[in-house]
Amino acid sequence: MSKDLKEKYGTTGHSWDGIEELNTPMPRWWLWTFYACIFWAVLYTIAFPAWPLITGATPGVLGFSTRGEVAEEIAAVEQANMQINQQLASVELTSIAGDPELNQYAVSAGAAVFKTWCAQCHGSGAAGAVGYPNLLDDDWLWGGDIEAIHTTVTHGIRNDTDPDARYSQMPAFGTDDLLEDAQIDAVVNYVMSLSGEPQDAGLVSEGAEVFAENCASCHMEDGTGDREQGAPNLTDAIWLYGGDYATLKETVEKARFGVMPNWNSRLTEAQIRAVATYVHQLGGGE
Amino acid sequence: MTNYFKLIVLGLITLLAMIAANFARDLAYMVNALTIMLVAGGLFLWTVRKTGEPVKKVDLSGEYMDGVVRYGVVATALWGVVGFAAGTFIAFQLAFPALNFEWAQGYMNFARLRPLHTSAVIFAFGGNALIATSFYVVQRTSATRLWGGNLAWFVFWGYNLFIVLAATGYILGATQSKEYAEPEWYVDWWLTIVWVCYLAVFLGTIIKRKEPHIYVANWFYLSFIVTVAMLHVVNNLAIPVSIFGSKSVQVFAGVQDAMTQWWYGHNAVGFFLTAGFLGMMYYFIPKQAEKPVYSYKLSIIHFWALIFIYIWAGPHHLHYTALPDWASTLGMVFSVVLWMPSWGGMINGLMTLSGAWDKLRTDPVIRMMVIAVGFYGMSTFEGPMMSIRAVNSLSHYTDWTIGHVHSGALGWNGMITFGALYFLVPKLWNRERLYSLSMVSWHFWLATIGIVLYAAAMWVTGIMEGLMWREVDANGFLVNSFADTVAAKFPMYVVRGLGGVLYISGAIIMCINLYLTVRKAPAVEATNQLVPAE
Repeated sequence: MSKDLKEKYGTTGHSWDGIEELNTPMPRWWLWTFYACIFWAVLYTIAFPAWPLITGATPGVLGFSTRGEVAEEIAAVEQANMQINQQLASVELTSIAGDPELNQYAVSAGAAVFKTWCAQCHGSGAAGAVGYPNLLDDDWLWGGDIEAIHTTVTHGIRNDTDPDARYSQMPAFGTDDLLEDAQIDAVVNYVMSLSGEPQDAGLVSEGAEVFAENCASCHMEDGTGDREQGAPNLTDAIWLYGGDYATLKETVEKARFGVMPNWNSRLTEAQIRAVATYVHQLGGGE
Repeated sequence: MTNYFKLIVLGLITLLAMIAANFARDLAYMVNALTIMLVAGGLFLWTVRKTGEPVKKVDLSGEYMDGVVRYGVVATALWGVVGFAAGTFIAFQLAFPALNFEWAQGYMNFARLRPLHTSAVIFAFGGNALIATSFYVVQRTSATRLWGGNLAWFVFWGYNLFIVLAATGYILGATQSKEYAEPEWYVDWWLTIVWVCYLAVFLGTIIKRKEPHIYVANWFYLSFIVTVAMLHVVNNLAIPVSIFGSKSVQVFAGVQDAMTQWWYGHNAVGFFLTAGFLGMMYYFIPKQAEKPVYSYKLSIIHFWALIFIYIWAGPHHLHYTALPDWASTLGMVFSVVLWMPSWGGMINGLMTLSGAWDKLRTDPVIRMMVIAVGFYGMSTFEGPMMSIRAVNSLSHYTDWTIGHVHSGALGWNGMITFGALYFLVPKLWNRERLYSLSMVSWHFWLATIGIVLYAAAMWVTGIMEGLMWREVDANGFLVNSFADTVAAKFPMYVVRGLGGVLYISGAIIMCINLYLTVRKAPAVEATNQLVPAE
């Protein structure tokens, strides 16, 4: 075939290091597709915003804009949800679960909020991580009914941006020299005994005394905690930072200071209610 | 006399680099200054030892300057393996984040190694391939020795010094945070000097050519060199915070900076990875196939159309951003119009084989070049398609983009370079043939299957990711979290990593084969004498 091409069209008459070029015409399909693309391009730039002028650009006869397109889509969804969204923002919190339609709406809206804003710390499945509470179980630091969850999401925890944020702080018993090292050792063993095996059974009774004097005011005498103060229950073998000896010791020595933003600055009331409803129905809601 | 001048300059550079290292405000800058100090100091000593020795005058004007091409071939092969290894490793870092080792945080984590990978494959592997082949091709097709004497050596070593400075800078945290333009200001300045010398050598050789006409490959090489110079200078306009520190501030800001960056970024693809490599294709395919180029008319039309249209297509990287809609539209329509000019190169490459299709069965080197052109055609169709706003709204920010880039980079740039290396090594080292054709076949299949695994994995994961991001329920609420999409990509990430393993295995086989060709293949007489064809 090459011979045919060479016979048919000849070469340009040059040769470079033995390479010749044939005088084959451009393939017609190639040329016409190229023309068609150019023709389409001209039409497209008439239809859509395209050519820059001195103070702006040609707007295009279709009146298209990417921002306009997104705004329309958002407006359509908001329009469709407007009524139920208003309902969500205004009804009694406790009545949401009883209204199947409203509840379904709140859960799917809440899931979207959760996956956008909450999943970074609590995980997309809400199972939490070290330092970030698991929201699937029934162990709540500040309360697990819908109103308590709603308050936590609205105002956050230990932040400086909302005066109504939930606030409490455990003393750093070690770094602030409130307890001797031996006392810390003892109280850690006592705390471990509340939900399982202590590291050193001989220290438990000494630890109980330390606990009664220093810890019981927040964690209660029996160690079951106090939701008013966000003091965790120490008897249930569920640990935010870890229940092993070394981690507990660090907690007692240095204390912990977990924070959460106040979402009232970023989310609407309906969104906060939606995400509270979503979290409430994950399994541990009260 | 020139030696004394050289000694003064090298001595000054050594001294200044010492001072710079002493006052360095950051580690990357200090290491780079010390590197320059060692290189300049070493050259100083080397020059001192040469000074005063009698110089043997040998007339080399009747021979091609192939020494620098040989070095370029070796550098291409070695940097290729380094770049592929870095890429394979970071692919597995994405699949298994534990590979971002605790002890190597701040040096070997994904974010530091990713620019190392992209620069190693594009600039170290691709750049050395382009410099070496352009030096080879321009001499053969101009029937003259390279212009500028040892300037060609300066270009080779200077360019590789640029790569070393850039790479050590990345690992130690010096970056402009501009994709494919990460090196900081002083590295950019150095590259500018080297690049101007490269242009001088190439243009000088064309000007003193013995052939009446400039061969098509040289048009492409020249457009690549000139345009890359312009892109590099404009996109790297920056003011250093201190002359003793690596940090600099871009002169453009906001969307202007973004637009400049993607004007650069897209034309780095267009002129570095397309025009330059088309120059390679236009020489090595007709030589290896021993056939005339299919159509001169097609080559001239598609050349001018390509270089005119490519430069406008950058805005398609910024659809649905702060970029005004008009710019986005123009970027898109120019990208679509670019489809046929790109395919002109594919047609000319493939149709050059007409009458020689049987060579696909017998010659694995031709097979490699042909599949390169095939991948070129595929990615230059995929690119315009992805630039269409509606397609882009699905594909943008997903792994589909990564797949697209790699079908171009591994398939087109990699394979055509491998083909050129297989062609060049026997010629440059005066060997009758390659050591083993069956090793070339192994390389071909490993690389091809590797690319298919890579590209298929990225298509699947990219489209899946795009669909998951936009999935909404009946009320219009998003269904998936970002972490859900990351988790869903895991199996494809493993497949992609395996594709990389196959690809680098092929490249290592190539290196062994080329080494054995130089060592063991039967020798023939040298063919580096100047012979004008007309």
